[in-house]
Amino acid sequence: MDYEKLLSDTVQDVKFSGIRKFFDIASTVENVISLSVGEPDFKTPWVIRKEAIRTLEKGKTAYTANSGLLQLRRSLSEYIERKIGLKYDPDHEIIVTVGGSEAIDCAFRALCDPGDEVLIPEPSFVCYAPLVKMAGGVPVIIETKLENNFKLTPDEIREKLTPKTKALVFPYPNNPTGAVMRRDDLEKVAAVIRETDMAVISDEIYGELTYGAERHVSIAEIEGMKERTILINGFSKAFSMTGWRLGYFAAPAPITGQMLKIHQYAIMCSPTVSQFAAVAALTDCDGEVLRMKEEYNARRRFVVKGFNDMGLECFEPEGAFYAFPCIKSTGLTSEEFCKRLLNSKKVAIVPGDAFGASGEGFVRVSYAYSLAHLNTALQRIEEFLKELKN
Amino acid sequence: MKGNDIMKKIVDLLRENARLTNEQLAVILETTEEEVAKEIKQLEENGTIIGYSAIINEEQLDKNAVTAFIEVKVSPQVECGYDDIAKAIAQYDEVDTVQLMSGSFDLSVTLRGNNLREVALFVNERLATLDGVLSTTTHFILQRYKEKGVNFAADEADERSLVSP
Repeated sequence: MDYEKLLSDTVQDVKFSGIRKFFDIASTVENVISLSVGEPDFKTPWVIRKEAIRTLEKGKTAYTANSGLLQLRRSLSEYIERKIGLKYDPDHEIIVTVGGSEAIDCAFRALCDPGDEVLIPEPSFVCYAPLVKMAGGVPVIIETKLENNFKLTPDEIREKLTPKTKALVFPYPNNPTGAVMRRDDLEKVAAVIRETDMAVISDEIYGELTYGAERHVSIAEIEGMKERTILINGFSKAFSMTGWRLGYFAAPAPITGQMLKIHQYAIMCSPTVSQFAAVAALTDCDGEVLRMKEEYNARRRFVVKGFNDMGLECFEPEGAFYAFPCIKSTGLTSEEFCKRLLNSKKVAIVPGDAFGASGEGFVRVSYAYSLAHLNTALQRIEEFLKELKN
Repeated sequence: MKGNDIMKKIVDLLRENARLTNEQLAVILETTEEEVAKEIKQLEENGTIIGYSAIINEEQLDKNAVTAFIEVKVSPQVECGYDDIAKAIAQYDEVDTVQLMSGSFDLSVTLRGNNLREVALFVNERLATLDGVLSTTTHFILQRYKEKGVNFAADEADERSLVSP
């Protein structure tokens, strides 16, 4: 069988992510201590788990509506309004998905005709460009820069605009850099976006994990943006529910109407037990979410100071749970740095270029670990740097 | 953060890891090293923090060493109740903890010995013979699973994949 001929060229052209490659390398080394995980270390809060158990006990295991349990969509509508002050109609403007990832996929497929361009700021989460390609679109990369604190600037958008530009992916708070777009940053880019006809796919999965005095602001809150924004979020990060596979998107009804067809034919509906449990998450977990956020924040300060003290410049991440220190001073590439650190000190961190070429010269360090774990890992990285110098 | 909150957080953090430096505590708590030093001094002076110790896996240190938990029944004395006898027991270096308990016995005593015989001798010759001790029941610890918040069990290992996006 000629499998190459059998399988789609588009799919074969898509590469596995650099993260997977690094996972394969790290798996060959024993007793590794990892700072490479993109998911919370906290267990899902008990109230949520209990609700899932109750749902199973009652035998509520049938399909739900395609767009998700009405009760959950109502709770989501209230939750979104409570968090960012925007009203979305639970009947027509909110759809529950299998994680934020499915919502991202649906968005690209709903927007792209062959050849349509989608702007993707990098470094960023690894799924955007491959999913755009598989949806028939053309990813156009915007390289964000350290000197701008990895924020997206109006000029960077303007430079990449063409008549074929269909959408902009808006990945803030950002994985892997921890960059956040504050309200004044959003105002500036919105001014450029308003002059175009493109959609904004705002991936706000880390929105709840925004540190500092100002809360997370969605780009959909800025004037003229809601009508073109597909707001994507999920339960994985804020509620520590990665394995429950539950996300959602909110957008104007003409957009959700089309996206619903994709979701309905491909998925039917999100897992029922997860959906019932998610209602409890939205209504009973504010305290837990805040506690986890405070813990991340303490770790964030600890890790950033640790890197700066050992001479690896680390810009101040304001969101998510990653630090993105610069390793250029060592003269190594990101991949060399990570491989050598892994082999000599058994610490796994991810090379920055796994998140796009502009991540070269940086490494992603997850702080979704206990302080004790972080402390040990930082000590080992410091030893590694000393040995590099000698 | 208010003074009381900082104090409570410092206690929580030190309870978990007493080796955190003042500088590290300051970073974690978003305050100054001076503030941390001041709070810790106060906690030490007012007797909230009474010492710092390592959490030891005794098994690893010495295979023969044993730890015993002893239920002690005593007859309370006029005026001082259980205090005098509890203090007398606490004097012994082998004794780790002495606590007055509610329930079916009075004092709980834990102690470490280099071997079984040492503990047996201590109970027979020094503890049971004290004036006021009515009876003792000695329990030896067979296996430790968690010690001061540190879980020994392997199933508490990180379930997450080593590397993920």
